[in-house]
Amino acid sequence: MKKTGAQILLESLRLEGADIIFGYPGGAVLDVYDELFNFPIKHILVRHEQAAVHAADGYARATGRPGVCLVTSGPGATNTVTGIATAYMDSIPIVVFSGQVPSALIGNDAFQEADIVGITRPCTKHNYLVKDVADLARIIKEAFYLATTGRPGPVLVDIPKDVLRAATTFHYPDEVKMRSYNPTYKGHPGQIVKAVKLILKSRQPVAYVGGGTILSEAALELTEFSRLLTIPTTTTLMGLGAFPEDDPLSMGMLGMHGTYRANMAVTECDLLIAIGARFDDRVTGNLEKFAPNAKIIHIDIDPTSISKNVKVDVPIVGDVKDVLGNIIKTIVEEDIEAYKKSLQPWNKQIHEWKATYPLAYKKKKNIINPQYVVEKISELAGEDAIISTEVGQNQMWTAQYYKFMKPRTFLTSGGLGTMGYGFPAAMGAQAAFPDRLVIDIAGDGSIQMNIQELATVMQYRLPVKIAILNNHFLGMVRQWQELFYDKKYSYTCMQVQPDYVKLAEAYGAKGFRATKVEEVEAVIKKGFATDGPVIMEFVVAKEEDVYPMVPAGAPISEMLLV
Amino acid sequence: MRHTISVLVENEFGVLSRVSGLFSGRGFNIESLCVAETIDPETSRMTIVTSGNEQIVEQIKKQLHKLINVIKVIDHQEIDSLERELALIKVTAEAETRAEILRIVDIFRARVVDVTQKSYTVEITGDENKVAAIIEMLRPMGIKELVRTGKVAMGRGSKTAK
Repeated sequence: MKKTGAQILLESLRLEGADIIFGYPGGAVLDVYDELFNFPIKHILVRHEQAAVHAADGYARATGRPGVCLVTSGPGATNTVTGIATAYMDSIPIVVFSGQVPSALIGNDAFQEADIVGITRPCTKHNYLVKDVADLARIIKEAFYLATTGRPGPVLVDIPKDVLRAATTFHYPDEVKMRSYNPTYKGHPGQIVKAVKLILKSRQPVAYVGGGTILSEAALELTEFSRLLTIPTTTTLMGLGAFPEDDPLSMGMLGMHGTYRANMAVTECDLLIAIGARFDDRVTGNLEKFAPNAKIIHIDIDPTSISKNVKVDVPIVGDVKDVLGNIIKTIVEEDIEAYKKSLQPWNKQIHEWKATYPLAYKKKKNIINPQYVVEKISELAGEDAIISTEVGQNQMWTAQYYKFMKPRTFLTSGGLGTMGYGFPAAMGAQAAFPDRLVIDIAGDGSIQMNIQELATVMQYRLPVKIAILNNHFLGMVRQWQELFYDKKYSYTCMQVQPDYVKLAEAYGAKGFRATKVEEVEAVIKKGFATDGPVIMEFVVAKEEDVYPMVPAGAPISEMLLV
Repeated sequence: MRHTISVLVENEFGVLSRVSGLFSGRGFNIESLCVAETIDPETSRMTIVTSGNEQIVEQIKKQLHKLINVIKVIDHQEIDSLERELALIKVTAEAETRAEILRIVDIFRARVVDVTQKSYTVEITGDENKVAAIIEMLRPMGIKELVRTGKVAMGRGSKTAK
């Protein structure tokens, strides 16, 4: 029996195991929505297409499975661009389906036409314009395969309306045949032996762990590796959750707002083992002075990441899980005790750094410290809670003061730095895990960028908890103005804001506010205990800064401390 | 340093824009780019002349390879290769210079492919130096128009790039 393009799309999604579509209907995708009405896949109607993509992204980060979006042509498609670029920078597997004007009208400046394939070419891993319904099933199969294999990333499939309406025999391919795409998973055995030799020769090693470790599901292997050899371990923003932060080997985050010990350890180390990380400028600061005395081992599935910013001594192209597993296997047991012993002075040094300059802030009495709010949330939320953030100070305080213990519990826009990401991402994670506690730690600037999704979480009973650290400023920009622009607070003060408690109530959600230190814990507890979506507003110190801070372009050993 | 890079790609719509977009998006240079179908109608071959230090050229090659439609990337600096370019040169040919132009054409084993009372159009094929040399020789006669294909390149020997 023949099926239409719209039917093929939905059948293919079902065969790919998609259980939720985040979407928004429109003229070009009416045929899909018509089929979707009685189709056994849940659809969540967002209030803005950007949120659909962030939700699919949050779903993907929390579950490890690809997120799926469906939008219409023209503005529906262009509204997804920020979401797609966000997923691209952080290598998140999502597949976005956009409707397109009928084939015959493409290029005619038709109503709601946009060249979305052209627009998203530089921010997708790959994209497709489907020209013939006979290609649709194969393209969908390829789209999911590309999104989820190798270095993951977003894939967009643009489908003209006539292709959605045309019919053909449906056959979903069992496998993908692409001669031009063959990611390397297995690390080269010779390189692994070289790496092990280098590790055993080192006396001051550091494991520098990025988001690739989480994407590769290699948190266990990493933890085993670091503990086996007692190698001090620091994670990037994207790597948070890959290594339990209560472990004495954990140095927390490194980089611009990294801990003193992590930045000092990287600066002083004789071996840097980069694991699924990409030497981003927010991590390295001044490249010349980044790990200046170290040999570098770099494990990454993407060859373009290796020696892009920093020259590497032992590159290993491969999947972190496979490579770390093989490194552990290659290490001879007899060598371990002597090696661990040889690292004792180094580990002692790191503990001294930690004791001298721990993460700290000046506690205020009459006004709430934002860091304190994050600490309290961390204390009360439990290991299984999923935390998302927006971008700016809220994000950095969360990275610093929230104790992440498990992978896939932290959703944040690291590469692109997208304000407005956190709430819809939390919504996507909550849709995947209806019974887990999902919290968006937000700022007063960011939360207003996708606040419309309060309607969505109400409609689908997604009990996301939003904690707004309200300093009435675009805090991180204000911090830069304070430190580097003579305190000229040019357009960073958000004088007029909604009453967030009333706003929550307007949508039918619950809102609570804390203005005093003593109220913080009670508000958090009340928020967590309340069914359904909640906004918790914390009116915090207005001009609190994130420290440590490495000024842009400085070496990471030169930190401004509290 | 300049590198000539051959890129074997799937002959699909949009591939050229993916490749050129990669160069512009990442700030890499393109000095010339030449593209056409190969013997296999499902693949096309691009020849790109680019420049940069070792690290940049390494990135260019890796980034090209990362594009989903790219099948193979060959750096002709790493192998013994033939490189050729074709140019059409429309040169002023007045009575006093016509003979001289024909002599130059003959010396370079070029050809005159179009003639008028006032001009010759010369076709030259050769490596970069040869094309540059004939242009220099003809320049004093007055070059009215010049078009070059950009380089194509192929490895020497019986091995093929598939």
